[in-house]
This record gives sequence, structure tokens and C-alpha cells, in this order.
Amino acid sequence: MAVLSLFAVFLALFVSPLPCHDVPGYQKPVMVQQTGKVLPKPQTMTASTEAYALAMPSFKFTYGSSSEMCDIVDQAFQRYYDLIFDIDGLRKAPVASKDMSELNTLQVMVKEPCTGVYPSLESSENYTLTVAAPMGTLVADSAWGVLRGLETFSQLVYRTDNGMMLINKTTIDDFPRFAHRGILLDTSRHFIPLKYIKQNLDAMAYNKFNVFHWHIVDDQSFPYQSVVFPDLSAKGAFNPYTHLYTQDDIKDVIEYSRLRGIRVVPEFDTPGHTASWGAGLPGFLTPCYDGTTPNGKYYAANPIRNTTYDMMTKLLKEVKDVFPDKYVHLGGDEVNFNCWKSNPDITKFMETMGFGTDYSKLEQYYIKNILDISTSIGRNYIVWQEVLDNGVQDKSTVGEVWFEHPTIQAVLERLTAKGYRTLLSAGWYLNHDVYNPGTDWSTFYKLDPQVFNGTQEQKDLVIGGEACMWGEYVDGTNLIARLWPRASAVAERLWSAKDVTSMADAAVRIDEQRCRMVRRGLNAEPLHPGFCQFEYD
Amino acid sequence: MQRFLVILVVALSLQASVAEWSYQTSWYEKAREDKVARGTVWPQPRSVGTTSARFSFDPTKFKLVADSGSAAVTNKECKEIVDHALSRYADLLFWIPEDESVSVSGDETVHQLVVTVTSPCSRYPSLHSDESYRLEVPASGDATLRAQTAWGALRGLETFSQLVYEDNGKHVINRTTISDSPRFAHRGIMVDTARHFIPLPYILQNLDAMAYNKMNVFHWHMVDDQSFPFQSTTFPDLSGKGAYTKKHVYTPDDVSKVIEFARLRGIRVIPEFDSPGHMMSWGQGHPDLLTRCSPTDFQPDIYSLGPANPAREETYTFMQRLFQEIRQVFADEYFHLGGDEVNFQCWMSNEEVQQFMRQRGFPNTTVGFADLQGYHMKRILDIIYHHFPQRTRGIVWQDVFDTAIVGNDLADVSMNTIVHVWEWNHTRELARVTQAGYKALLSSCWYLNHISYGQDWPQYYGCDPQDFQGTQQQKDLVLGGEACLWGEWVDSTNFVPRMWPRASAVAERLWSPQSVTDSVAASPRMEEHRCRMVRRGIPAQPQGPSYCKYEWNIQSDLPNYRPVITSSGPRVAAAGLVHSVFLGVLVLVAVRCLP
Repeated sequence: MAVLSLFAVFLALFVSPLPCHDVPGYQKPVMVQQTGKVLPKPQTMTASTEAYALAMPSFKFTYGSSSEMCDIVDQAFQRYYDLIFDIDGLRKAPVASKDMSELNTLQVMVKEPCTGVYPSLESSENYTLTVAAPMGTLVADSAWGVLRGLETFSQLVYRTDNGMMLINKTTIDDFPRFAHRGILLDTSRHFIPLKYIKQNLDAMAYNKFNVFHWHIVDDQSFPYQSVVFPDLSAKGAFNPYTHLYTQDDIKDVIEYSRLRGIRVVPEFDTPGHTASWGAGLPGFLTPCYDGTTPNGKYYAANPIRNTTYDMMTKLLKEVKDVFPDKYVHLGGDEVNFNCWKSNPDITKFMETMGFGTDYSKLEQYYIKNILDISTSIGRNYIVWQEVLDNGVQDKSTVGEVWFEHPTIQAVLERLTAKGYRTLLSAGWYLNHDVYNPGTDWSTFYKLDPQVFNGTQEQKDLVIGGEACMWGEYVDGTNLIARLWPRASAVAERLWSAKDVTSMADAAVRIDEQRCRMVRRGLNAEPLHPGFCQFEYD
Repeated sequence: MQRFLVILVVALSLQASVAEWSYQTSWYEKAREDKVARGTVWPQPRSVGTTSARFSFDPTKFKLVADSGSAAVTNKECKEIVDHALSRYADLLFWIPEDESVSVSGDETVHQLVVTVTSPCSRYPSLHSDESYRLEVPASGDATLRAQTAWGALRGLETFSQLVYEDNGKHVINRTTISDSPRFAHRGIMVDTARHFIPLPYILQNLDAMAYNKMNVFHWHMVDDQSFPFQSTTFPDLSGKGAYTKKHVYTPDDVSKVIEFARLRGIRVIPEFDSPGHMMSWGQGHPDLLTRCSPTDFQPDIYSLGPANPAREETYTFMQRLFQEIRQVFADEYFHLGGDEVNFQCWMSNEEVQQFMRQRGFPNTTVGFADLQGYHMKRILDIIYHHFPQRTRGIVWQDVFDTAIVGNDLADVSMNTIVHVWEWNHTRELARVTQAGYKALLSSCWYLNHISYGQDWPQYYGCDPQDFQGTQQQKDLVLGGEACLWGEWVDSTNFVPRMWPRASAVAERLWSPQSVTDSVAASPRMEEHRCRMVRRGIPAQPQGPSYCKYEWNIQSDLPNYRPVITSSGPRVAAAGLVHSVFLGVLVLVAVRCLP
């Protein structure tokens, strides 16, 4: 795949009119007009050139007579009404043309009860949207389908230069290709203020992502305020008063996500990546030794003490109560054995257990205990790929591929051959930014999670993927700009049909999507010189 | 091509650093909470004497005052600048919210800073402005700041504001004596407003950030191939047809706002109107100004119009009238005249230009085209050196010097002209330029638009403009340099965080003594400075795991997404594919473009 991509780039370069004399290459400016293109591209869509006008205040969203009703849909009506009409924050009533048919209603039909529900891996997100004057219809099994359909509807609306709001006659039948379409944010390397977490959730909704993978704690800091172990954030947060997520904050994020059809999957990564846990949870980490004496350093959860598992049980029980999603991410990546090797108690334990000098067996032992705890308290789990490579036996485990060892495709083949459900994030590490974001989104776009050697059964085990924004070099100052619109490429790969691969078509959609996000107040970065019809200012 | 090689080098070093990360990281990159040097100054002053004796402030009583017997009050020009600065710094000095602030009664406190200016001031800063100052926070009595000019007073106030730090709810300052002056006179930031339009608030925000970094030149690369946002009163069609839209323009009012905002911060505004290349947008309103390229030679859609047409006298009449307007609008003695990256193929394809070359006796070779470019630049330089009532001087990109050498036309480039070095292999170029006796500026190693994953400021920090083979005389001809942020992939959404604090590395290199070179030692000051900028309302991006006490918009109840303008071991790379493709592109472009 990599070779193929390289070859493609090679070819493209030699046949393309890329000039050499005007380095770094004259980049033609692009003026992006809103024309009502939808990203991610719907599964089936029939559009005509017949356009209808939308006007304020006559246009309204309504429920169909036999529709279920709930706050999710109520609030979405309000949100999308504002997104469609609140251009430039001025609430200018667009001028409706008299000689044009008007779309004055979008009638929404929800089949399943939706009051108080949370989205899940099994949620239906299907919808059928028909835009025809005077009344369009949006039909969906669930409120989640309605949310996706309203997003599509809002994207179909475009505004002419003289202020008219138009929508073309359209029929759409749509559903996602993958059930798990996530964004990982890392709030440990830098604290991300709630404001930006919410902005990102908005952006996710605009791109039909449905999982917020919250890598909430790590080595550097512990901003999650635990009820059972308050010292974790009191001693492990960068600042225990300002750089933490209180229980209220977390409820806020979960509700904000729920209303947008987004699952919140928290990650409590162990046994490695836990340096920040040490101060608030004495005895949890492994003391490291120089020879026969402790050297004052600690590393990784201590796998040989029962108290370690007691602590994890208490914490995971709390996590279960706080986060409604059926899945929790248990990490399990990048465990370094040096400290374990230096510790004489662990050496003895290894002998007792008959592990010899194979510390991956000790890691396996630890992970097995943690996974059992999770199962016993009633939570499914996702783990990083190493855990599966180390031979966990539980087939309900979801493995997340993040490391090309030796290639992305080989890992996918290996894990699915073992029968595990798999998520892909290798290849979608968006924290690695590059000089020209106009080139790297295409790399993200071309990566297909189901293109590897394997049976159809194996491919069906791939349930989706995640774009990851690790936090070493991002915080509130640059998070949104660095993530968007590059993550939109991943959004389309995970939602749209497998055969949606034309880069030229995608380029037009992603340009419009970038400017749409800018118009909606998100500082999504530019992909080439030029400007949007409505700029960020 | 050279720019590509620069990227290639950057990319290779990036790849190398990726390889160093092992599958199983042995340890992790710690956040910087313990590595912040509070109350330290960026850029590092020439001489700092500090003690551990501390004084606290009572923010309700502390005053910044101008010495009434000095030019800071008696001289009108000085007073205007100092008064504005005192009011700005009164707002910047203290930041702890009142409800968290601790009373300091009973403590030894500093009551006022007295600012003295010893000489009358000029209205605008210039290349020759004195920016030195002496600051004293003594054991008792008033703190004093003494400078020859208002510009020095501005730098000293910035330093004083940076010495203040927070300790247990108190604003405190250590007893300190500082004598300071810049190493280089020209310390610039180049902003490109043609590839993307940068709205005025972000230009102003960037000027504030420049002042916080003691940078003193805003090089405004205002127009280019893609768009012409400068609204000219002489030739309204330039922006009328060459700007992206009617909204994407800088009106005369906008420009004068920028100049005034910059002046009050001791920042010169040097506009660049690049010719004969990079002028496509000029052709929208004035197609006859440019050379028509033969469509068979180049992509007809993109290159139908090429560089300025040097064969027509009207070209120079036009340029003279435009420069006359620019002379009226901009106060600085220097104009940037561009002169880079000229498309010789287009000139070659045009019969009128060919005929002109034959008339002038220029051969149809590289030398001949260099002669033609030299001819154009000579005409442009003649305009500013011989036709303006007030003294005006030019800065040109190194291409002008290089082609003059090829064409043996160096005599046509006035020795008053500064050569701006931007291409790869800058040490050789600096040596050549200064050996020929020209003054030079450096930007090659400070192209901040070239990004790579991870912390890159030490690389900018390590580049010294006088680090080339040459005599002391030659080195003295280097006036400074500029950090450049070309605009292809930057607009208001990401412009400020991408610029800062990476440009701060350049700021220190250009201000501080040559001996200040250790980026590891500078790192705790850099952390402090980054957080200080964030606190002051500049969204400077992080340079590794870290936190600031006052994060960018940590309050979630702010009314909207609009930024506030005036307030207030890595994971293993799982992106091998991205990297290899990225590298592949660079290698191929480089290879393909090699001569």
C-alpha cells in the first residue's frame, strides 16, 4: 500500500504541472463557494438542479404525526435552525425570491422512542431525507439517524451572494459504513479547556463522527477528578483547581455529546502511561531499584500486589457509574519492562508464577486481571493492539491498531485472523502535522481499514477507526486548527461507501466543508491559498 | 528549488527523530511545571544583575510615571509614545484576579517606576534608532528606567513587565539591575497577506506579540501572485480586481491604523511590493503591466501573464506613480522591492521582450535574462533613489544580487540597498553579499511556515546571522534578520499560534548577545515567555507537554469562539506511511527540480 501510494505520488508529480522555477510552487488560490455539497458523501443521493428557497421566519422543523419526540431532536431543531440561518451572527433574514418555490417545512419522523437514550455501538444511524417543496421529510429509526439527517440537510442549504438561502430538490438514503467513527483527544499532555472539547464535539457532529475517545489521563497529568480517589487529580493534575475535569464537567461533556449522538469512551491506560497516578495513589506504581535498593523512581502499575487490583476495581466501578457508554478503553500500550526487571519482589514473583524471564507474561497477567475486573463490573473494553498480540483470549475484546508492525495491513490481518474486533488509528495520527495540509489529508483519505489480505469475515471484524490528536504539541491555542479539516478526510472514509475514492470529488467536498466549519465559527485551517465565501474573523 | 531542499533537510531530520523513538518508550517527556523560570526576561538582556531580594507590589497603589524633568514629558514626540506605553503596561503589569490577590501590607513594596528619556525623540522608529535602556529595581525607593529615546523606554518597560512574577497570590519582583541594548538593529517578522488575507485584528495582535519579543520591523509582504489586498488610491483597479473580494482589502484607513499601532510599539512597517515576478494579481486590473507568456511554453491557464513587462516604458511610469503613493502612505525610510523568483521562460516566450533584449544587446541566454532582470531592478531602484523628495532606500531579495553578478551588473545595485538572504546555503551567500560591501538581512533559516512535528524552536535559535566566513567588517554589514511566515497554508485560523512562540527564538537570537546560544538553558525562560504571551492574549502554541497557570481561554463560559484580541516522550509515530509519502514527495520534487 505504501509502495503503491508512493508510486502514485511519483506519477502524479511527473505528469502534474507543478512548476519548479517558482518555488515552493505557485499555489493557485481557490475561492470556495457554498454549493450544498455533503461531507461525508451519502450512500445514495439523487439531486436535481431545481432549487427551492428557504426563508426566515416561515421555515420550520416539525415532527410527523406519529413520530416519537424527545429532547435530542428538539434541541437539534434549534441548533440546526441557527446553523442554517445564523449567517455571520447577524441573523439577517434572507430574501426569498417570489418566483421560486419555497421549502417551508422539514417534517421529521422518528420511529424508536428516544427520550433519555444514549448512543451505542449498535445504534442505527440510518435516515432517509427527501427535499421537495413545500414540505421535505426526514425519516429515521432513531434520534441518531435524525441527527445525521439534519446535519446533511443543513449542508444541502447554500447561500447565494445576494443573501438567498437555497436548497436543491434531493433524495438521500444514507447510513454509515462503519459503526465506530472516533476522534481521540489527549487531555493529559496538555489540559484542553472544556470550551475546546465542546468545539471539537461540534466539529465531530458536523462530520458525523460518533465516538469521542477521551484519553483523559496519562504520564504527564491526571485531570480526571475521581470521587473514590480524589487525590489522583489533587496530586496528579497540573493544577488541582483549574486543570481538571470535575464530575460536573464530565456530565456536561457526556450530555453535550449525547445530544449530538456521540459516545464518550474514556481511556484509563494501564499498566504503563501512569506516572501521574503515583502521587495520588501510593503503592500503585512499581518501585524501581538500583541493585538491591529502591532508587526513588516509580514506573507502571505494580502487577504483583493485590492492592493494585483493588484500586483498579474501585476506580473502574466509578468509571462505570460516571460514563454511560458500554465500552471503556483500558489502554495497555507501550509498557517498558526495565523497572519491573529491576524490582527483586517482581523477580521472585516471576519465579513463583513460572514466568521465567518473559516479562510479557507478567504484562499479560496484569492485563488479564484488569480485563476480568472490567468484565465482572459489566463493561466491555477496547485495548491497544499490544494486548492482543500478547495473546488475550477473550474474543469480545476490541483491539485498536496504532502501530505499523510491520505494516498497518499486516496488523489488521493478524488481529482479525485471531478473531478480534478491530479499530484502526494507525495512519490517522493527525498530531503529526505537515507543511502542506493539502497533501496529507489525501493520505488519510486513501487509507481503507478493510483493505488487507483476509477473508470477508475478517474484514467484517473491523468496526471502524479513530483519528488521533495526541497532545504533546497541542492545547487550546491550536487544537481545532490542527485537527480540522484534516479529520474530515477520516470522517468520509469511515462513513461513506467503500467505492467513494475519487480524490478530485473529495477535494471539492472537503474545501466546502472546511469553509462551512469556518462559517460556523470553528478555526479549521486552510488547505491552499484562497478564501472562503464567509471567512473566519 | 532551494526552498524544497530546506524542507527536505527538515523532513530528513524529522524522520531521524522518528526513528529514535522506540517501539517501547523507555520513559516519557515530562511536563514542564518545574522547568519554568518565573520572572525571567525574553529575549535575554545584555547584562542582568539580579539578587534573591524580593519586593512585592500593591497593584492598587503602584504607578508607572514619566520623569517630568526629562524628554519623556518635555518633548512632545517622546511624551506621546511614553504616555501610551505607560497606559498599556499599567494593564499588562498585574494579572492575578482581585479575589485571588493577596494583600501586601507590611511587606517591602515597590511604589513606582520612573521612566526617564534623555534625548528628544523622532516620530517614527528607524534602522538607526537607539533602543538601549538601563533599568534598576533598587533595595529601596523607586525603580528607575533610563533610556536615550522613547524606543529604548518601550524596550525597558517590556523588560520591567517581564520581571514581575506571581508568588503565593502576590505580584513580586527581585532586586535587579539591567543594562540592555540589541545586538542587531533590524529584527523583523514577515507576514504574507496575499496567499491568504489576514484580517486587521490579527495583524494588530501580531504587532503586540512582536512588542512582547522586542522585535522592531513588520515586513508586510502585502501583495503577491494570488491577491492584491492593498487598496491604492492612485490605481483602484489593483485591489478592485486583484483582491480576492471587495472585503479582502486593506483600506488606506486600515494601513494607517497598522502604521500607528506599530509606531506606538516602536515597530517599523516596511511594505513589500515585489516585482518583476510574483505580480500575477496586478495583472487582473492592469494586464498591460505584465508580460504575456506564450501558452505553448507554459500552462496557459496559470501562466498566461508572467513577470512585469520590462520592454515598455509605461511599466516604469506606472511603478513610479504607485511608489509615489506608497511613499506618501508609509513612513519608513526603507521599502522592500522584492526581485525574487523571476520566470525567465515567460520573458523568453514573448516576442516584444525578445525584441527589447536584442535592442539592448542582451543575449538570449541565462546571462541575458539576468541582464534583463538587472535592468528592471535598476529602473525600480532609480525610482526610489532618484525621484523621491525624501530619502528612501531599498531592500531586495538576494536574487537581485545573484542575477546582478551573473549579468555583471552589480554597479546598477546601489550600495545603499540591503540584500535579504532567503535561499539555502545562506552562509556562502552572506559571505558573498557582504564581501561585495552590501548590507544584509537573513531569513533562510527562519522560514516558520515550514513546520515539522515536535519542538523546532531550538533549530531557529541555533542559527546565527554572523556565523559565516568573513572579516569583522563583513559581519558588521549584517543588520539582522526576519522570521518569515509565508501564507500558503496560514490564515486567521492558525496564523498567530503558528508564529508564536517559534518566532520568539528568532527574537532572542537577534536581540541577545552572541554568547547566548544554549537552547536547553533558555528553555525554562521560553516556557515562562510562552505562558506570558498566552496570559496576555496571544494564543502562542505549546512546545511540548506543559501547562500554564493561565491557559488559553480556560474559562468555558466565554460568549463565542472569537479570540480575544486585546485582553488579558512522544508517542511512537504510527504514521510511517504519512512520513514515507511526505518524504517521497519532497525527494521527488527536489530531484525533479534539480538543474
